Amino acid sequence: MAELHVELVAADRQVWSGEASLVVARTSSGDIGVMPGHQPLLGVLQSGPVTIRTTGESGDGTVVAAVHGGFISFADNKLSLLAEIAELSDEIDVQRAERALERAKSEADAAAERRADVRLRAVTGVH
Amino acid sequence: MGAKLRVYKRRIRSVTATKKITKAMEMIAASRIVKAQRKVAASTPYASELTRAVTAVATGSNTQHALTTEVDNPTRAAVLLITSDRGLAGGYSSNAIKAGEQLTERLKAEGKEVDTYIVGRKGVSYYTFRERKVADSWTGFTDSPTYADAKAVAGPLIDAVQKDTAEGGVDELHIVFTEFVSMMTQNAIDGRLLPLSLDKPDAEETAKGEILPLFDFEPSAEDVLDALLPRYVESRIYNALLQAAASKHAATRRAMKSATDNAEELIKSLSRLANAARQAEITQEISEIVGGASALADATAGSD
Repeated sequence: MAELHVELVAADRQVWSGEASLVVARTSSGDIGVMPGHQPLLGVLQSGPVTIRTTGESGDGTVVAAVHGGFISFADNKLSLLAEIAELSDEIDVQRAERALERAKSEADAAAERRADVRLRAVTGVH
Repeated sequence: MGAKLRVYKRRIRSVTATKKITKAMEMIAASRIVKAQRKVAASTPYASELTRAVTAVATGSNTQHALTTEVDNPTRAAVLLITSDRGLAGGYSSNAIKAGEQLTERLKAEGKEVDTYIVGRKGVSYYTFRERKVADSWTGFTDSPTYADAKAVAGPLIDAVQKDTAEGGVDELHIVFTEFVSMMTQNAIDGRLLPLSLDKPDAEETAKGEILPLFDFEPSAEDVLDALLPRYVESRIYNALLQAAASKHAATRRAMKSATDNAEELIKSLSRLANAARQAEITQEISEIVGGASALADATAGSD
């Protein structure tokens, strides 16, 4: 099966890299799914979970990451997801995110609330 | 113990204490270089992917954007000068400042007004002491800058670039920082961040039938550029800050190493002097005793 190479990088580190058969991300004009052989693409991402269906060496499975803004770019079967902050779902501390969400709600901090919400959605898989 | 010897001993003690301090600082700086280098390496994937994306838009679309197009008559330029908060790093900050001054001179010779933005207490004090105008300055994070710091620095600069020149905006954005080449070599360099000067593909190559990939922009090329360029500037500034931090630690290490070496040298020559003084004291005592004994012997011989 055809596969594409994915690099998920945050500003200060490389978060994940490997082969995948499908990547679903949310751009500002809606969800977009990229499969191998897609037309070259450059899009602005919205904060939200990114789903990567992995193949190849990393095995068949799904990797979910929370990205906070950033870009998706695809060319030559190489897909890069660039985000200032990006975390894999298994790196996220659910309790901490829940606490952050509650605190943000009580303090009416919209940005913090959205960040915590994105994290929780990435963990629970509810898009 | 004689007065001379006591003075030497005291000086040796004080130099030894100083040597201990400089040795410790050298070792701390050495460990920080490695950490800083690791941070530079960790930020590279993001920076290179972002550069790739920017190049893709700039070459793959015909969009004109305020941040990519060169103005016909640039009249004002912003210079971001990255220095350090702390001294004891040899010529590190003054080299960066010198490079900044040269760039400022050059821009002024080209007939541009220069707005100076400064990172680091050393640069700020240099400019305030000479009562020069500083557009904005940031201090307190030069030893280990984070991405949030880079964002804080980039914010006003991007605002200035996007403003019209007549309203106090700038046409160009230059950055002066110390590039980390190796443990032994760090160069103060300047570079232009905006407008972008990307390597345009050669006209010949395209003529040969090499087709550039046609990018699909989501939502549109303008919007992508709008979002992409500020991130690009931020990541370049972040990279510059990290390299400057690594260079600063390397410069500190070198300065402290030579301070330690000098202290060692000083201790050596001082202990030679102390030894000579001690020996002189002993010789003097012996000759006093001998002189006294022979005087006594003469006195008893005379009384017989």
